[in-house]
Amino acid sequence: MAILSWYLAIPTLRTFWISLFGRDGPPNGFTLLQQVASDSFVGLSNYTAVFTDSLMLEAFRNNLMWIIFGSTFSIIFGLIIAVLADRSNFEKLAKSLIFLPMAISFVGASVIWNFIYEYRPAGQDQIGLLNSIVVSLGGTPQAWPQWVAVAPWNNLFLIVMVVWLQTGFTMVLFSAALKGIPEELMEASRIDGANEFQIFFRIMIPYIRGTIISVWTTVIIFTLKIFDVVWVMTGGQFGTHVIATQFYRQSFTNQNSGYGSAIAIVLLIAVIPVMFYNLKQFREQEAF
Amino acid sequence: MKSGKKRKRLASLFFINGTLILLILIWTIPTVGIFVSSFRARDNIATSGWWSVLPHREWKATRTINPVEAGLDANGVMEIEGITGTFEEFRAGVQSPNGSRITWIGNKRIGKIEIQEQVWSIDWNFTLDNYQQVLGGQDFKFTKPDGSIQVVPGDNMSSAFLNSLSVAVPSTVIPILIAAFGAYAFAWMKFPGRRAMFILVIALLVVPLQIALVPILRDYKALQLNGTFLAIWLAHTGFGLALATYLLYNYISGLPRDILESAFIDGASHFTVFTQLVLPLSVPALASFAIFQFLWVWNDYLVALIFLGGNPEFELVTQRMAAIVGSRGSEWHLLTAGAFVSMALPLLVFFSMQRYFVRGLLAGSVKG
Repeated sequence: MAILSWYLAIPTLRTFWISLFGRDGPPNGFTLLQQVASDSFVGLSNYTAVFTDSLMLEAFRNNLMWIIFGSTFSIIFGLIIAVLADRSNFEKLAKSLIFLPMAISFVGASVIWNFIYEYRPAGQDQIGLLNSIVVSLGGTPQAWPQWVAVAPWNNLFLIVMVVWLQTGFTMVLFSAALKGIPEELMEASRIDGANEFQIFFRIMIPYIRGTIISVWTTVIIFTLKIFDVVWVMTGGQFGTHVIATQFYRQSFTNQNSGYGSAIAIVLLIAVIPVMFYNLKQFREQEAF
Repeated sequence: MKSGKKRKRLASLFFINGTLILLILIWTIPTVGIFVSSFRARDNIATSGWWSVLPHREWKATRTINPVEAGLDANGVMEIEGITGTFEEFRAGVQSPNGSRITWIGNKRIGKIEIQEQVWSIDWNFTLDNYQQVLGGQDFKFTKPDGSIQVVPGDNMSSAFLNSLSVAVPSTVIPILIAAFGAYAFAWMKFPGRRAMFILVIALLVVPLQIALVPILRDYKALQLNGTFLAIWLAHTGFGLALATYLLYNYISGLPRDILESAFIDGASHFTVFTQLVLPLSVPALASFAIFQFLWVWNDYLVALIFLGGNPEFELVTQRMAAIVGSRGSEWHLLTAGAFVSMALPLLVFFSMQRYFVRGLLAGSVKG
């Protein structure tokens, strides 16, 4: 408990405190009142900066894209694969292969996808798969994630990577939920003349709605904190900064801990609704 | 009527399996590409796509002509094998009506002309050199076309591998032990503040760890822990503990009540019950969390970057890989082999213990 407090609970308060100060944080060796009175106390101006800085606004926009596209596609693909695998002849193998990227680190995934996106000037042999396909279809090769001309849509090339990694996770959870649907229910609706699509939308989806919502929130929280992929692939350049890379850049590269902490608090505020939802669930669940 | 139904069933089975195979292909091709490439020689990776290990049609020279001996003037319009064209056209390759292609290789002065034909070919030159270079730091020497020798230094992934191992194992074991005892306490002991503390655990499940990095780094600097293994073990313990306690609590509180109660009636202490009964009974839950935490720590980049960042001696595989991507992003022979070195252990753990991993996911994350 002490460790948990030292590492997560108390830091939350301390980070908030630091976020009220200038770049070096509160001065050492003073009482709280003296700290507030010192020159480095800047009140809420870090927060004003967070919401006005153009790079931060870009990061918010990108994070929104991550959440919308990243989570939606992971959910859709996970659901489709779970349903298909359930009826195929090689369910186990299919699930293992889709699930496999989960064991790969973001850094490893960055190497894998960098290789797919690898760019050679037009006219040379393309060794990246994507550019090779594009060229054989008569297009011009591009350095996809670095393609500023289409910003912010170049973020999609990074989002694809995370969808690739996460779909295994959503698939496993959906697959387990689908197995919980009573067979009689499906049989009955088939006898009543429902086709497979009707069964999917009218029976399966409503039945596993609870799972879909909770998986969705998990994925959203996860994409909210996305860092490694962006940092390794583009370093936040080419209009791909997200909140977590901005946090890292401000806190550690620029050594501006006050500003960085304000970003971290914004991140925390974003997950608070989920936190309350969890607590509510917990209260309903049991008399502890 | 009946056969029509059967045909429909067959068609839908075909559709299901077909779509699934397509999706699986999309999902696995990226990894396959890296895997295949890691066994190809450096020059092959750089000049042709990895898919050339599959059978494909390729232009192969059947004859060469020396333009000087043939008396051709590269600056004007030339006639080669009955086809006329300029130097630029021949450089790009001109197809002749009989299916062969005429290509000028090299520059105007010392080039040669190849008469090429399309043949089926497979590029199966596999080698283990890349792994030697990335693991053992062996250099790669090659001779450039102009005769000079270029040396591409190798990389030292093996020490990074050992570092990762010495970070990941304690960072997995420590939180599990603490969390198991904590979960037992929550489930089977009555103590003041129990409910409030458990609510804290649940609340902390979703707190982003970014929030803690700045204050913890300050503490580490004050305690001079920064850049040591102890620092990162403790950090991973702190960040993993909430989930671990929650998962294990769910499992341990579900253990059959009568077994534990009869042990207490027999006069067993909490410590004996915990070590003799609860720990052995919770092995499945412990295993599933262990895999979780191990994969998480092994694949972590951010925490290592911050708490071990300043110390090149303690670089982990993720940091090493990121460094190679950053500074030598086009050395694909190092990147592909290195990526596989970094994935080998997690994939092994994953495949051997997949069942526990899935069980852990189902137990914990549906709620988080």
